[in-house]
Amino acid sequence: MRESGLRSFVARRLLLGAVQTVAVVLLVFALTEALPGDAAVALAGDQPDPARIAAIRETMHLDRPAYQRLADWASGLPYGDFGTSLTSGRPVSDYITDGFGPTLLLASLTLALLIPLALGLGVLAARHEGRLVDRLVSTVTLAVYAVPEFALGVLLVTVFALKLAWLPPTAVGYGTDLLGHPAALVLPVLVLLSRPVCSLSRLVRAGMVDALASPYTAHARRYGVPGARVRYTHALPNALAPAVQQLARTADWLLCGVIVVEALFVIPGLGTVLLNAVAERDVPVVQGLAVVFGVLTVALNLGADVVAYRLTPRAGVAA
Amino acid sequence: MHDERFSGLRRRGFLAATSGAAALALVGCGGGTDDDKAAGGDGTPKRGGRLRAAFAGGGASETLDPHLANLFADVARAKALYDKLADYGADLSAQPRLATKWEANKTLDRWQVTLREATFHDGSPVTAADVLYSYRRIADPDQAFRAKASLDPIDLDASRATGQRSIEFVLKRPTAEFPNILAAFGAYIVPEGAKDFDGKPIGSGPFRLVSFAPGRSAVFRRHDDYWEGAPHLDELELVVANEESARVNALLGGQIEYAHELNPTTARAHEGRGQIEIVRLRGSAMQAFCMKTDRAPFDDERVREAFFLIADRQELVDGALSGAGVVGNDLFGKGYEYYADSLPQREQDLDKARALLKQAGAEKLRVTLDTSAVAAGFTEAAGIFRDQAAKAGVTIDVKMGSKDSYWSDILDNGTLCCYRSGAMPIEAHISQRLLTDSTTNATKWRHKDFDALYQQAQSTRDKTERAVVYDRMQRRLYAEGGFLVWGFADWIIGTSGNVKGVETEAPANTLDWARFDKVWLA
Repeated sequence: MRESGLRSFVARRLLLGAVQTVAVVLLVFALTEALPGDAAVALAGDQPDPARIAAIRETMHLDRPAYQRLADWASGLPYGDFGTSLTSGRPVSDYITDGFGPTLLLASLTLALLIPLALGLGVLAARHEGRLVDRLVSTVTLAVYAVPEFALGVLLVTVFALKLAWLPPTAVGYGTDLLGHPAALVLPVLVLLSRPVCSLSRLVRAGMVDALASPYTAHARRYGVPGARVRYTHALPNALAPAVQQLARTADWLLCGVIVVEALFVIPGLGTVLLNAVAERDVPVVQGLAVVFGVLTVALNLGADVVAYRLTPRAGVAA
Repeated sequence: MHDERFSGLRRRGFLAATSGAAALALVGCGGGTDDDKAAGGDGTPKRGGRLRAAFAGGGASETLDPHLANLFADVARAKALYDKLADYGADLSAQPRLATKWEANKTLDRWQVTLREATFHDGSPVTAADVLYSYRRIADPDQAFRAKASLDPIDLDASRATGQRSIEFVLKRPTAEFPNILAAFGAYIVPEGAKDFDGKPIGSGPFRLVSFAPGRSAVFRRHDDYWEGAPHLDELELVVANEESARVNALLGGQIEYAHELNPTTARAHEGRGQIEIVRLRGSAMQAFCMKTDRAPFDDERVREAFFLIADRQELVDGALSGAGVVGNDLFGKGYEYYADSLPQREQDLDKARALLKQAGAEKLRVTLDTSAVAAGFTEAAGIFRDQAAKAGVTIDVKMGSKDSYWSDILDNGTLCCYRSGAMPIEAHISQRLLTDSTTNATKWRHKDFDALYQQAQSTRDKTERAVVYDRMQRRLYAEGGFLVWGFADWIIGTSGNVKGVETEAPANTLDWARFDKVWLA
């Protein structure tokens, strides 16, 4: 019963996700069209000779109606063809694959450190609820959370790269070969970690505090179940449900372009690709990214819901 | 995030003439090596090493097609790989490059150009056929290359090779400033038949391509047979870093040796500290407010003059450019060839401005000033000017526009806007912006007699006589033109201490700017 319930839930969510992705693509297309200027105007830049803009428009086939351009682009999608960039004529899939490497690397490193760190801090604070350790953890996480990424990045670069010269200040010139220069990844990952660690550990702490105070943990203790087992097998899974949702949102944020960090550390990821594509009004590239981001968001949230369902089956799943 | 995307480089322009009668006969002059000038005090050039230079770039859409060059980073790459027939000197006059000499007929509509002996990276010589192929590719009516309009005066169907290294250019009209066309922005010479530029581009420039990753980096190696002598550097890497703070940090952290385009505040923080060198390229960017002279209230020249008198130029330079620049005098091209520097510097005079507005019946005037974050200092300049205008009883509403479409938006719309321009010859500024049929006439300055003066200049062989005509045109613009030119911004570059031979007198966009074949590492 439960398995089939989960399966139909997943099927429903996948269908909904597909609809959502299509809606996102349509919305992005409409919004990009609504922006002032088009790819021809952006390319002409400070040389806005109307005849030249018209000529560029023609070579880019922008003179055709919007729905036709959208239909052309969409017709390639079933074959995995994301179209070609208006500005460079290169395949959009190249843009996505080139940008995805650095993005994926940063995201995986950040998540790999984030999960143990946030859980550890959260549980630690919850165990010492109200005492010095809890207050210390809470104060520090709140303070770090309040620092904007950009400011934190500049601060870390100034101290660790320029003053102490322990780490390189940027990843400039390393291109996609970031793994070959692990030192260049330290500061970006630290900046990316800073705020999610705070929000996540606070969620875990709150969940743990609730769970540890709940009747079922008290009951388990009365039965003589050891404290560690109560904490990690009884309380923690219940405490994690909200954290998992937050984790999915964090992963989504990490994968869908972390523009500030990419710009500050010169990492050519998807955020940079998106930023340039919007500035250039390169609609096929923007749409290609919208599809990728849409699919990622749907998949991550679905994954989080399934995990949350597994953790606390009785709570049911909010669809 | 990356302002200035399309800024600076606005030249498809012709260059101002170098030449008087004598120069018309031949401007051979041997193309001056600037080693001595550039090296001044830097000691003897040393061979070897790899220089890494960071520019703001165009992202994953970047290409190595030199005819598509648009951004500073594009031009830096293009000039490493390719040459033009001529290029701009520090005063924006045309200097011979691949051309060694140009001679006009009596009526200035036929020009004989002789090429120097130069070879492409594959060892083949640069010939007249390559030149004609390159120009015809640029002028292809099915394409929209930036230099197309610059080459417009040339009748490419009638022009022909008269020898392996000589070409006769037939022009559609007398063009005394023909050498400027040869130096036009993006008019690079590629080998005949060249189509694929991102794979294995072959040029005649000082460097050969090693590798290219769009939006990230381009690596070059010395071209030993370069006609002007092999570069000092073994290798050159041009990397893209759009965020200014990233360029500065990379420079301070020793990851790069040359950072293009720094903010004035950054420059001030590091100038004279010994950690990095700051190079200020003076007169690189004209800063102006642009008044549409064909519509109210600026169709009344008294209102235009009143606005000239409202501006406190020093305050604008100090506030909007953080002091990194000099004041302007409502004329383009301070320090360039033909600049009318005899005209008195205009100062703020609020009483006279008020009186003029009263005469024009424009008291309690209210105008909208279009601006955008498209260029450094634009929004600051708008705010400062609004406050200055208030003192003369003029209310200015500042309106922020989209930076991606700003230049196109302000061309025909509105009445008053922030404007700027990179370096180009004064003649090009006039032909692109101030003639009835100019393609980007943002001040809507359309006067038949002014057009006639331009044609007269283009038909005048003698340089001094031509200078007189340019002077007349500039006096008129000074008195009643639509450009309120309040300043000229420095272009700021940072280098590490061991980089020598960086030209300090060349405005951004001229021959010696971003010229890495003359640079060495000490």
